Amino acid sequence: MSNTTPPPLRTRHGQRSDKTHASFGGIDKSAARNVGSTGPDFVGIARSAEFSELRSRTKWFALSMTALFLALYAGYVLLAAYAPDFMGEPVFGHVNVGLLLGIGQFVSTLLITTLYVRFAARRIDPEVDRIRDTAAGGQQ
Amino acid sequence: MITLAQEGSPLGDSSPAVNITVFAALIVLTLFVTYRASSRSDTSDYFAAGGTFSGAQNGIALSGDFLSAASFLGIAGAIAVHGYDGFLYSIGFLVAWLVNLLLVAERLRNTGRFTMGDVLSFRMRQRPVRAAAAISTLFITIVYMIAQMAGAGDIVALLLNVRSSSGQALVITVVGVVMVLYVLIGGMKGTTWVQIIKAAMLLLSVSLITLFLLGKFGFNLSTLMERAADNNPLGERVLAPGAQYGENAVTKLDFISLSMALVFGVAGLPHVLMRFYTVPNSREARRSVVWATWLMSGFYLCTLVIGFGAAALVGVETIRNAPGEENSAAALLAHEIGGTVLLGVISAVAFATILAVVAGLTLTASASFAHDFYANVVRGGRADPESEVRVARITALVIGGVAIIGGILVNGQNIAFLVGLAFAIAASANLSTLLFTLFWKRFNTTGTLWGMYGGLGSCLLLMLFSPVVSGEPDSIAPSVDFSFFPLSNPGLVSIPISFLCGIIGTFLHRDSADRKDFAEIEVRSLTGIGSRDVVL
Repeated sequence: MSNTTPPPLRTRHGQRSDKTHASFGGIDKSAARNVGSTGPDFVGIARSAEFSELRSRTKWFALSMTALFLALYAGYVLLAAYAPDFMGEPVFGHVNVGLLLGIGQFVSTLLITTLYVRFAARRIDPEVDRIRDTAAGGQQ
Repeated sequence: MITLAQEGSPLGDSSPAVNITVFAALIVLTLFVTYRASSRSDTSDYFAAGGTFSGAQNGIALSGDFLSAASFLGIAGAIAVHGYDGFLYSIGFLVAWLVNLLLVAERLRNTGRFTMGDVLSFRMRQRPVRAAAAISTLFITIVYMIAQMAGAGDIVALLLNVRSSSGQALVITVVGVVMVLYVLIGGMKGTTWVQIIKAAMLLLSVSLITLFLLGKFGFNLSTLMERAADNNPLGERVLAPGAQYGENAVTKLDFISLSMALVFGVAGLPHVLMRFYTVPNSREARRSVVWATWLMSGFYLCTLVIGFGAAALVGVETIRNAPGEENSAAALLAHEIGGTVLLGVISAVAFATILAVVAGLTLTASASFAHDFYANVVRGGRADPESEVRVARITALVIGGVAIIGGILVNGQNIAFLVGLAFAIAASANLSTLLFTLFWKRFNTTGTLWGMYGGLGSCLLLMLFSPVVSGEPDSIAPSVDFSFFPLSNPGLVSIPISFLCGIIGTFLHRDSADRKDFAEIEVRSLTGIGSRDVVL
């Protein structure tokens, strides 16, 4: 089994914090890192083949999706600014191209959200669990 | 009811006394419900370590934090008066959440603990970076709060039919003082529950009004838009882009500038970033962003119908002449379709929205200032907890005071536009640094400080010399003209400046980043190893 007690939190004084101030919810504890404690071997994990694979896979997906939605958004905004006549072209009744493209931004946002959730569940989460297990094993 | 005497109330013959009574009763009821809900929960602290909210709960609270008065009152008014150009706010506010989902939320949850400063200072020198984070948080909060104060004042001024600007100033002051007192006395606890309840009320009332409007026009959006155009002096022009921003090359650039601020601002808003810490792990953080995105896409689609509906049923002339002008469109629409009762309900929902957002903002800024700036920088890490809490309370008072004064100065401006300015500051001061620190190995302390101060400084300076502050009839100081920057939103210039400053600062200084630290932030942000919930 792994070690079940987390290392003590460091406050800004470097001492253990044992008091939470009700009015501000223990904000004084926020020094987030356990500097100096013998934590997990981050450099080792970062160099491992599994982690490199996870990193490049996640980065590739996140960055390409970011590029995609920014391109769609920029295209929409530029059309709205510089092609108002095209955007004002009626499609049915008073509903015009601009309105449909605007609603299209809603659709693309929800679509990318769904794609990412599926990608994360299939390709990120299981891999993260494996790396965590390996790291926990290595700590023994 | 559309035709009314110039001096009469836009609310027709219903008396201000009845309006304000219904409104006040509903506010008290809301506060009581939130008070009961929050005191039942023992993890009500905003900064609760090891946050215990589920992804769904936190997603609703996230949308509560985000759907401020600007999203409701501001966008409805912008669409009612300017038509299609107001719809950009809806789209920008929504698309922006993809930045959070894809790049920020999970990594932030895995890396930090309480504040944005935790992540920004993770692999940098703590003191200067935390100070910079506290300062940018303070500026973003104040501008964001100015918009909320103005919105709250507009609602009450409409209910009481206060028309003179000195009367409206008094209303903003009283409402602002009440809000600050509420936050200081007890409202800081349980803000997550406040947000959840308020978001549910807001989403429910907005979707009911939308259904009603669509039903009234035979579920035909085209008919609704036709009537909206008929009741707008701009006519059919409001149905296509350009009615507000299409005039010339500069206004078109302003439109693009605004769109940039909107899409890049969300991931830099400190009170939204803080919300990613109230869930147990990064997967719940992801889930909460997904929930928030779905809820908000429904909400922002409704704003389109409500905005055009307000123009169609109330008429743009009436909206423009009402106290609060554009910001009153949603409330006037509520009165038109549901009389005094619905007006009271919608005003109370809007007011509760503002109260909750103000509480969250004040808490974020005062805690961040007291902790990151006062304790770490002023006292060199030797502040006792009592004085830290005292500083936090004083900060809350000061922020509230500045926001009230600011709210009086900007009275009459559309609050969605004002919030757009807060987004510009957030995008300029925080986004570049946040992305660089997570993704760029070389990035160092100098780059962090350059990016934050460069973006913040350029953004504030350009705002100061923009038509928002001087030179135009609706400026803060209309009688003088020292504006030389033509855009009313500085995002187009200041966001690239902050990225550029971050890069220049990084290469300027030789304190190359520690490989080990970058390995740690990479591993931790992706896997959560080393953060508080993953114990190896």
